[in-house]
Formats: sequence, C-alpha cells, structure tokens
Amino acid sequence: MDSTDVIYDGLKDAGINFIVSVPCANLKKLLKLIDEDDEIKHVPVTREEEGFGICAGAYMGGLKPAILMQNSGLGNSVNVLASLMKLYNFPIIMIISHRGTFGEAVYGQVPMGKATTKIFDSLDIRYEKVINPCESKEIIKKAWDLSEISGESYALLFDISYWKRSV
Amino acid sequence: MQRYDAIKKIVENLSDELVISNIGFPSRELYGMCDRKENFYMSGSMGMATPIGLGLALALEEKDDSRKVIVIDGDGSLLMNFGELITVYAQNPSNLIIALIDNEAYGSTGSQETYASKVNLSNIARSIGYTEVTYIDARKSTDDIDMNVILNKKGPVFLHIKVEPGNTDAPIIDLSPSQIKNRFMKEVNK
Repeated sequence: MDSTDVIYDGLKDAGINFIVSVPCANLKKLLKLIDEDDEIKHVPVTREEEGFGICAGAYMGGLKPAILMQNSGLGNSVNVLASLMKLYNFPIIMIISHRGTFGEAVYGQVPMGKATTKIFDSLDIRYEKVINPCESKEIIKKAWDLSEISGESYALLFDISYWKRSV
Repeated sequence: MQRYDAIKKIVENLSDELVISNIGFPSRELYGMCDRKENFYMSGSMGMATPIGLGLALALEEKDDSRKVIVIDGDGSLLMNFGELITVYAQNPSNLIIALIDNEAYGSTGSQETYASKVNLSNIARSIGYTEVTYIDARKSTDDIDMNVILNKKGPVFLHIKVEPGNTDAPIIDLSPSQIKNRFMKEVNK
C-alpha cells in the first residue's frame, strides 16, 4: 500500500460517502480512487468555498462529507468556515495537501504554507498533522467521529514528506 | 413589487418542498411571512445559499427522496460565487430550483447597485447550458410567477425574477443557528 491507499481506506472506514474536491498533484491518485467508487458521491467544485456549502447541504441530507483540497483552498474558505460551518455546527473533515512546507519547490506555495496552521488556530478549528502513513487510516476515522459528535470541522494536514512515504 | 412580494408568490402554495433562503432580508422576510420546518435560514456566509441547496439536492437524489429543493437566492450573492452556476449545471440535479430574486442591488446593506443591472443573468444561465430558464419581470406585478408550472419542470431550473429594490421591516429570526439546522434536518431525514 502507498500513502494514498491508506487515506482512501480511512475515508471508507469512517463511512464518508460524499466528497467535494479541488485537485492538488498530491491528491491525484486519491481523486481517481474516489471517482471509481460507486459508494462515494464525488463533486468537483470550482472553488473550495462553495465546496463547504455543498458539504453542509449534503450533511443535512443525511450524507457524511469530506473535502479534498490544497491548503491554498483554506485561504479561499475562511469566511465559510467561520460563518457557516462553525455558526451552524456542521461536521466535515478536510483532507489537505499541505504545500509550502519543508521540501517545497514552488515559491507560490510558501506563504499559505506558513499561514495554514495559524489560520486554523485563529478560527479555533482543530487540525492534525499526519506524518506517518501507517497511522492515517485510523486518524481519519477518529477525526470524522470527533467531527460528527462535536459538530465541528476537523482538518488533517498531509505535508510534502507524507506523500513520499509508504506503509 | 419588491423581493418580499416575489418570495410570497414562491412559497404561498408549497407543500413538502425544502427551501434554502439567502442571508439577510430574504431569510428574515421568509421567516416573517411563512416560517415552516422545511425552511433553512442562512446567515453569515454570503454566496452559499445555492451551494447548500445543491448539496442537499444531491443527497436527496442519492436517497431516492423525491422532494424538491428551492433556493431563494439574490443577485449579489449569486455574483459573489458565480462558479456555482457551473457546478450546478455540471451536477445536473433534477430536483433543484434556483429562484433568483434579482433587484439589481445589495438589498440588505442599503441597496447599493450590483452588476446585475449591466448583465442579463438569465442569458448567462442559458449560455452555460441550462435548458429550464424562466425570466419573469415582476417589477409591476408578480402575477406571472406560477410555481405550479415551475415545480413540474425537470431541474436544474433557473427561475429569474426581476423586482424593484427595497426591504420590508421583517423581524430578526428568533431561532438560533443550531435550532434552524436541527429542526430542518429532522424534517429532511424523517
């Protein structure tokens, strides 16, 4: 198994059946796995912000939502995270490719890479940095369970080194 | 005729349809005239009414629930997240009606003009590929708004209603966000 397979297994184990996404190179394989899974409704979106709104609606319709995105998408989503997800206590897990961390080669990724955890801290949204692919399946299940019982968004940050490891 | 009159025509004969209303005065006016468990009143996040409606519509389709979702959106809000019109079109929910009440103004903040005065939002919807686009000029009268006709169309439906700007003295919504959500979810998932 590689570092993507265990994320997919974690999403399945958590019962996630509705996923919105904006792609990242690191999410390429995960997006393909989800597209091929008939039990998961996958909705590509034009901007991460709308993705959160769509997930809120899907949750009210009885589905279990996740969003797949790059951390740049966090910058596009600050108000919706505060004024929709937090205000109404919607659960969601964010599977985030955390670009701009150690080993980044694209300079445009660096500012949001540095800002990401501080934005989550400001919004009072919990996040977990996932380093070891051996743990990610279990972490995803626990993150969803906590998100659902607390009615809070939960972010999982997979940094550059994560994707290079295998189980 | 103003937004209030158009909302009244949209909801006056509804049965089990689920309604998502836009932030500010649209939600307050809907709450004041016709509070029901099937209404979800948005607050805070402008531009998210149609996304919420899309997510709900897709979830209902997944569960073979035949109820329709009506989003009462505004021109300013739609313009804020215009990519959503593309996502709705691409996802093609047969149960979703976007009721766009277009007063060419940011109504809740003092009726500053929006660019809806310069572009025709129905034409944009048509150019994206929407086949069910209905334009009604309700500035003089709302008589042409016939929801029985609209509800029988296969979605996604783009119902574009042009009205004059202006707000009523609608009440502040006397429910907490969690009460709004929980009551709505109970009704959706009963």
